[in-house]
Amino acid sequence: MTSAAPILQLTGIGKQFPGVTALDDVDLRVLPGEVHALMGENGAGKSTLIKVLTGVHPADSGTILLDGREVTFAHPLEAQHAGISTVYQEVNLCPNLSVAENILLGREPRRFGRIQWKSLRRRAAERLAALELDLDVTAPLAQYSLAIQQMVAIARALEVEARVLVLDEPTSSLDTDEVEQLFRVMRNLKEQGVAILFVSHFLDQVYEIADRMTILRNGRREGDYPIGELGQVELIAKMIGRDLAELERLDDRPPARTTGTLLEADQLGRTGGIEPFTLTIREGEVVGLAGLLGSGRTEVARLLFGADHATSGSVTIDGEPVSLRTPQIAMTHKIAFCPEDRKADGLIPDLTVRENVVLALQARRGWTRPIPREQQAQLVDRYIKALKISPADPEQLVRNLSGGNQQKVLLARWLILEPRLLILDEPTRGIDVGAKAEIQRLVAELSDGGMAVLFISAELEEVLRLSHKVGVLRDRRLIAELPNDDTLTTEVLMQTIASGGRS
Amino acid sequence: MNRRLLWPAVVLALLLLLNLLFTPGFLSIEVKDGHFYGSLIDILRFGAPLVLVSLGMTLVIATGGIDLSVGSVVAISGALACLAISEGTGVLAAVAVAVAVALVLGAFNGFLVAVVGIQPIVATLILMVAGRGLAQLITDGQIITVTDANFKVIGGGYLLMLPFGILLALVVLAATVFLTRRLALGLLIESVGGNAEASRLAGLRSRGILITVYAFAALCAGIAGVMVASNVSSADGNNAGLWIELDAILAVVIGGTLLTGGRFSLGGTVLGALVIQTLTTTIYSIGVPPETTLLFKALVVAAVCLLQSTAFRSKVFPQRERPVARPATTKDTTEVAR
Repeated sequence: MTSAAPILQLTGIGKQFPGVTALDDVDLRVLPGEVHALMGENGAGKSTLIKVLTGVHPADSGTILLDGREVTFAHPLEAQHAGISTVYQEVNLCPNLSVAENILLGREPRRFGRIQWKSLRRRAAERLAALELDLDVTAPLAQYSLAIQQMVAIARALEVEARVLVLDEPTSSLDTDEVEQLFRVMRNLKEQGVAILFVSHFLDQVYEIADRMTILRNGRREGDYPIGELGQVELIAKMIGRDLAELERLDDRPPARTTGTLLEADQLGRTGGIEPFTLTIREGEVVGLAGLLGSGRTEVARLLFGADHATSGSVTIDGEPVSLRTPQIAMTHKIAFCPEDRKADGLIPDLTVRENVVLALQARRGWTRPIPREQQAQLVDRYIKALKISPADPEQLVRNLSGGNQQKVLLARWLILEPRLLILDEPTRGIDVGAKAEIQRLVAELSDGGMAVLFISAELEEVLRLSHKVGVLRDRRLIAELPNDDTLTTEVLMQTIASGGRS
Repeated sequence: MNRRLLWPAVVLALLLLLNLLFTPGFLSIEVKDGHFYGSLIDILRFGAPLVLVSLGMTLVIATGGIDLSVGSVVAISGALACLAISEGTGVLAAVAVAVAVALVLGAFNGFLVAVVGIQPIVATLILMVAGRGLAQLITDGQIITVTDANFKVIGGGYLLMLPFGILLALVVLAATVFLTRRLALGLLIESVGGNAEASRLAGLRSRGILITVYAFAALCAGIAGVMVASNVSSADGNNAGLWIELDAILAVVIGGTLLTGGRFSLGGTVLGALVIQTLTTTIYSIGVPPETTLLFKALVVAAVCLLQSTAFRSKVFPQRERPVARPATTKDTTEVAR
C-alpha cells in the first residue's frame, strides 16, 4: 500500500434505487496530488458514486472519510464547503452572466451588502490566471467556446480551496488542443496537491493523465490499479466483466454475404460527432458496430438515417448518390432506425401500442390518408403475435410496457414499413433474457429474408453471433472493419479497440 | 364515463344546481315564437364563440404550444366582416374574407413557431398585441355598426328552432372531430406533443402539422369573431374577444388536456367552455357584486383545477385504495448482461 494517507476514503458505500441496486459495497481511495480515474461501462454506477460523494444522493450504507474525519453531506453545498468541488459533464453555469460573475456567483465580495465589482473582477482574473487563462472577465460566458466554459467551471470549482476536484467527463465535448490545455491545468493542480477524480470514456486520455484507477462494474468495485499495471485490454475485460480465458470462439457464425451492395458511405462524417468513415452494407448483410460507449456508434447510425446532418462525405444507395438530410428522406429510401434511447427518441409513452406501431406508416401517408381501423388492427395484431408483445393489448399505453416489450413495439413500427436497411442501436440493452434472444433470432431471420441490418451493441458476443462483418469504433473513429470469420473473437475485438487499430 | 371528463361534468352539474337554487325554473326550456327559449339555451348560445375558440386552442395546446392571439383574431375578423358589409359587400363574401384573413394570420403564427422557431407564447404574443392595433386600424378607431338582417342571423338568428350560433359551433365541433379522429391529424398532433424528437425520428413532418394547427386555431377564432360581431351588430376593435384567449386556455385545461401537450380531449374542452360560460351566467344570476366577479371566477376556476389534480385529491381526501408503497427490492433484478 502507498505510504501517503488518502485524502478521500469511501468504504462500503451502498445505494439502492427502487428495484435496482446502484452501488453495492463500493470502496474508493483517492490520494492527495493524484489523478484518479473512475472507470466503468454505462450504468456501472460511476455517476451514482459521484452523486453520493458530492451530497446529491445520501448513501444507504458506508462511510466517507475526508482527510481522516468522517463526513456526511446532505447537500452539494456541504460537500463544497468541505472542499469537494465538482464539475459536471454539462457545463452548468449561467451563459448570460459575465465570466467573473459565474466564477464568484454566491460568493461575491461585498461591503455593506453592495457587491465590490472591482475586487470581484480582480479575484476572477486571478483565478483564471492560475489556470493559464487570460479572458475578458466582464464578457458574457456565452461568448466563449465550450472548452473555455469548461475551464471557467473549473475555476469556479477551485474558488473554494478545493482539496478534491471531481471532473465528470470534462473532455467529451473538447477537441484535441482543448483537451491538452485541460490536462496542463490538471497537472498544475496535481502539483499543488489537489486530488482529482476523473471520469472519462476516452481510454487514451485516462492513460495519459491518470495515476491510478478504480473500475466499477454493475454497481460493484472491480478493483483499483496503478495505471501502469493494467493494460488497455485487461481494463476493457474488467469493465465488460469477462476474463480473457473465458472468451470463446463462436461456432454458428453466419457466412459472409456476397450479395449486391445496398448502401455505401464514402468519407461520411460530422464535425464534433464522428470522423469521416467509409462503410459498405450489402443486401441481407448484418453489419455489427462494436466499440465502447461514446466511441461514435450512435453517431454513425444517426448519419445514415438523416437524424443528423453530415458535414462531409457522400452516400450512395443502389449506386445512386443520395442526400440523407432528414429522417423522411431516409425513409423513402427504406431505411429504418430504432434509436438507443427508446424513451427519449423512440416511443411516444402516452400513446397506445397500436398508435405507436402505426405512427411511422401514418407519417409516411400524411394525416389526410388515415389507415383504416381494420387494417391497423390487422397490422398490430400480426406484430403483437409475431414479436410476442405482452400484454397483447393494442390499446395499452406504451409507458406501461416493460423495456423489452417497448423495444418490440418500436421494432414493429419499422417492420410494417418493410425497410431494406434496419438500423438497431442497442436493441437489447436493459431488456430481459427471453426478449433479448427473440430479438436476436428476429435479426437473423430478417437478414436471411434479404433485409440489411446495422447492429450496434456493447455486447461483443452478441455482435459476433449476428454479424457478417464488424466495424470497430474508438474515440469517434471507425478504426477497423473486420470480416466475421473464424479468426475473429471477442478477444480480437477487444484488442482492436484497445490498440486503436494501430496493430 | 371517461374519467377525464368526470370532474368537469361534476362541476358543471354543481353550477347548474346552484343556479336552480337561486333561480327556480332555471333548467326549464320553453318554445316561444317557434324557437327554444331558456337559460340553458342562453348558456349554449353565449358560450358558442368560446367553444369555437377553445376547440382550436385544444389542438394548439396538444402540440405543446399555446396561442395567445385568438382574441385579437376575433376582433380582426369581426371588424373585417363589418367593414365589408358596411361598404356594401354581400354577407357571404364579407364572412369569407374575414375567415380567410384569420386563416392567413394563423398560418403566420404557425410559421413563426414551426419555421422561425420562436417559442409559441412569444410568437403569438406578437399577434395578440399587434392584432388589436390592426383591428382598430380596420375600424378606424370607431365602432362600426351594421344593420344587415342576413348578417344578424349568424350570431342572433335561429335555424331549426335553435340559435344559429349553437348549430355553427356544433358543425365546427363535428368537423374537428372528423379531422382529428376520423382522419389521422389527431394521432400526429398527439405524437408531436407527446415527444417531438421521437416524432421527428418516426418521419413526421412536424412543421406542417404545427402550421396546420395554428391556422386551424385562427380559423376557429375567425368564425367566433364573425359570430360575436353579428350578435351585437357591430365591430369593436378594442373589446371584441377581449381575454377570450385566457378563457379558452382555461376551458382546455378544465377539459383535461395537459398544457405540456400530448393527449387531448375535444369533449372535455366543450365541457370546460360550458363550465366557464355557466360560471359567468351564475355570477349574474346569484347576484355576485360586479366588482368582485373576476375574483369569484378565479376562485371557482382554482377550485376546479385543484379538484382535477390527483395529487391534491389524495392529500385532502385520503382514499382507501391508495397503493401501499413497496420497499425497494434489495436484489439487483435488472438484467443487463455486460
